[in-house]
Amino acid sequence: MTTYSAPLRDISFVLHELLDIGQFSHIAPFKAATPTVVEAILKAAARLCEQVLLPINRSGDEEGCRLENGVVRTPSGFREAYQTFAEGGWTSLACDPAFGGQGLPEVVNLAVAEMACSSNLAFYTYPALSHAAYNLIGTHGSDEVKRAFLPRLVDGRWSATMCLTEPHCGTDLGLIRTKAQPESEVGYKLSGTKIFVTGGDHDLTENIVHLVLARLPQAPPGTTGLSLFLVPKYLVNSNGSLGPRNGVSCGSIEKKMGINASATCVMNFDGATGYLIGKKGRGLHCMLSMMDIARLTVGLQGLGLAETAYQRARAYARERLQGRAITGAQCPDRQADPIIVHADVRRMLLTMKAYNEGARALAYWVALHVDLSRQHPDPEARQEAEDLVQLMTPVVKSFFTDYGFEATNLGLQIFGGHGYIREHGMEQLVRDARVGQLYEGTNGIQALDLVRRKIVKKSGRLLRRFFDPIDRFINEQKNYSRMREFTLPLAQAFAKLQQVTAWVVEQGAKDPQQAAAAASDYLRLFALVALGSTWAKIAKVSYAALDNAGEKRFYEGKIITARFYMRRLLPQTSSLVRAIRSGSRPIMELDAEAF
Amino acid sequence: MKILVPVKRVVDFNVKVRVKSDQTGVELANVKMSMNPFDEIAIEEAIRLKEAGKGEEIIVVSIGPVQARETIRTGLAMGGDRGILVKWDAEAEPLAVAKLLKAIVDEESPDLVIMGKQAIDDDCNQTGQMLAQMLGWAQGTFASEITVGDGSLNVTREIDGGLETIEIKMPAVVTTDLRLNEPRYASLPNIMKAKRKEIAEKTPEDYGVDMTPRLTILKVEEPAGRQAGIKVESVAELVEKLREEGVI
Ligand SMILES: Cc1cc2nc3c(=O)[nH]c(=O)nc-3n(C[C@H](O)[C@H](O)[C@H](O)COP(=O)(O)OP(=O)(O)OC[C@H]3O[C@@H](n4cnc5c(N)ncnc54)[C@H](O)[C@@H]3O)c2cc1C
Repeated sequence: MTTYSAPLRDISFVLHELLDIGQFSHIAPFKAATPTVVEAILKAAARLCEQVLLPINRSGDEEGCRLENGVVRTPSGFREAYQTFAEGGWTSLACDPAFGGQGLPEVVNLAVAEMACSSNLAFYTYPALSHAAYNLIGTHGSDEVKRAFLPRLVDGRWSATMCLTEPHCGTDLGLIRTKAQPESEVGYKLSGTKIFVTGGDHDLTENIVHLVLARLPQAPPGTTGLSLFLVPKYLVNSNGSLGPRNGVSCGSIEKKMGINASATCVMNFDGATGYLIGKKGRGLHCMLSMMDIARLTVGLQGLGLAETAYQRARAYARERLQGRAITGAQCPDRQADPIIVHADVRRMLLTMKAYNEGARALAYWVALHVDLSRQHPDPEARQEAEDLVQLMTPVVKSFFTDYGFEATNLGLQIFGGHGYIREHGMEQLVRDARVGQLYEGTNGIQALDLVRRKIVKKSGRLLRRFFDPIDRFINEQKNYSRMREFTLPLAQAFAKLQQVTAWVVEQGAKDPQQAAAAASDYLRLFALVALGSTWAKIAKVSYAALDNAGEKRFYEGKIITARFYMRRLLPQTSSLVRAIRSGSRPIMELDAEAF
Repeated sequence: MKILVPVKRVVDFNVKVRVKSDQTGVELANVKMSMNPFDEIAIEEAIRLKEAGKGEEIIVVSIGPVQARETIRTGLAMGGDRGILVKWDAEAEPLAVAKLLKAIVDEESPDLVIMGKQAIDDDCNQTGQMLAQMLGWAQGTFASEITVGDGSLNVTREIDGGLETIEIKMPAVVTTDLRLNEPRYASLPNIMKAKRKEIAEKTPEDYGVDMTPRLTILKVEEPAGRQAGIKVESVAELVEKLREEGVI
């Protein structure tokens, strides 16, 4: 049952019909990305994911990584798969041609990422981090560092990690103790221990490039004392060849709940040579710029796993015969009806479907703005896109991984007891989905980022970039009678979100505890409204296509799912609003001793 | 050596096909279409010959609707050099396809045609043989290994009960079996390069071929559904049941 078939039709619906990426064909990365080229790329990527990555997903989970004589071994088949992946040029998709990249849009890369996460999340953690590091070094690295490291990260012969976490410090990076001692003009010696380093060591690539947050001598305490260093596993000679081993090694690997084929390493730095990236004291700033795209990718992990869970649950629900439809047998010639006739099973399937397809459209829309923020010729348009990306990143990261866990769990539920049995692969999806809520900043921290920073930033400018188009859309559409069933609930939920936003900002200015207590519920409310507006747009596009296209069933399915979303999922907003408005007191009242 | 590889756009092998309600054929609307897997093997073999310095140019040909252009493009992304699309929207029977291919071979004069032994949609397994006959060329069908000699080919064929190796003179038609090779995954740089490769567009009239079908499909039906099984208590009972069913 461990099947997955890339949802290419839906992906092309989002890219071409909903977002119409063709309208940006005058902007560099989109010039080459004509619909036929994008289709060819996605089809080839789908094949690779289905035929190379998927078959080693469960075996990778069973086998896990091993540490042997200080070297991490990935599970059987991972090296070959990685080689196929890198040699196929998939690590280079959205990279700059100046460093050997294909110069294609990030939004196409994210579509490939979704398929890879659906097929084998643990595998994808390795190239995903390399791409994030590529972005960071490209933005903050010196020309020399870029020349030395980017071509190898682009062609996938080297990979990268990010080393923030230490045993005593996860969320609160101000506590970081790893030290950097100036050595020569360019070099530093790093000493300290990092934990939970994804891909800290492995046998997939010739070299590994660690991006490490550390503290220079006499640096102030807290995050302003942090600088960012690049520490390669093997030093690199001036001609680009590999030199001696650097003083960084893997001490142990963690045994964990999921993504077992992704090595989570304790990394020891013993006077390891490192190079400063960006300015001294700006380490966290540089790191965070890498994390925007990394966070979007983590959000996509939730979607990717939820898509696989949905596909398997759908197939199972059509085949599993159990009980009779409550209104009378639907398949009287068989011993029982397939469970897809039961309302509760349909509720679960539709919840997954509605979140998945809505989330895909929302995520690709954000990813499109990553491209526009970098490449749009008009600086005002770049700024607008950048604002949207900043605002939406914590929402995508947090909500997608939350619902990803919910949805994989629903998928397991549809399998009944068989879902709990390893063989069907459903429990692995649940275990693999769980980590997304934790790494790249826990979801609680994402919510704080949204309420404490993003919505108040630039006097609410980021927020207006998002709110104004929704307002316009509702006004434009409200006179079309067939759109009313979507625009009406959207308008109501949107109004609530606006009011609650004003309340959170106002209360938060007086008492930060109010904003903190509201944060997680507020993020969910925000995400539900964002998905609501996405579904309303999907309904609009689908109605237009329904009138003239041969794919009636596809578009009807969209409209019916949009209806389900508006009537069955969006109403959660009401209870969230009430919870938020109850303020911090019900949360803060109980004495810590009384828990 | 110039190599011609015909490819067909067919329902993807993963798709569970459904018969149309009017029983005239299978449902093709909105199903995933891909290159016939045997044709992928043919392209792969052509590319390997080229990489080994034994081929110069690979021409990928398809006869089908405008979407078959993407099937050709897939072949070009694997390593084909240029394409020819003969646009034809209706059913194309093996005889008509063989006639078209003959006309193209006359025009292009390749030294070798490598093609799938059959297409997985209609499973005809006829086109290659017909083409060889029309051209008066040697044929090596169901190939699981090809070695190029001097003006000849050694083709190992998968036949009932084993393998047979034959030597045939070139020019020749070779049809591929599953074990010939494992087709590569198209790489991203090659996909990007493929979009600049030329695909000529033709029609059957350009080659003076009459595509009118000669076969009439009376009815297409689903295979009978599997009957529920029964559990037997003992080997003796099993043997008895098998006897009853006339299996042994
Ligand atoms: C499989 C895996 C892979 C990882 N990969 C990497 C990696 O590659 N590189 C890397 O550097 N790290 C990595 N991490 C570490 C991960 O980013 C941290 O675990 C995460 O940031 C949380 O830190 P922590 O575990 O120390 O939890 P803590 O910071 O101790 O948090 C515990 C709880 O308290 C909450 N909390 C903490 N502070 C606040 C606050 N101010 N306000 C409200 N709530 C708060 C948190 O939300 C959480 O619920 C990985 C972790 C795992 C499990």
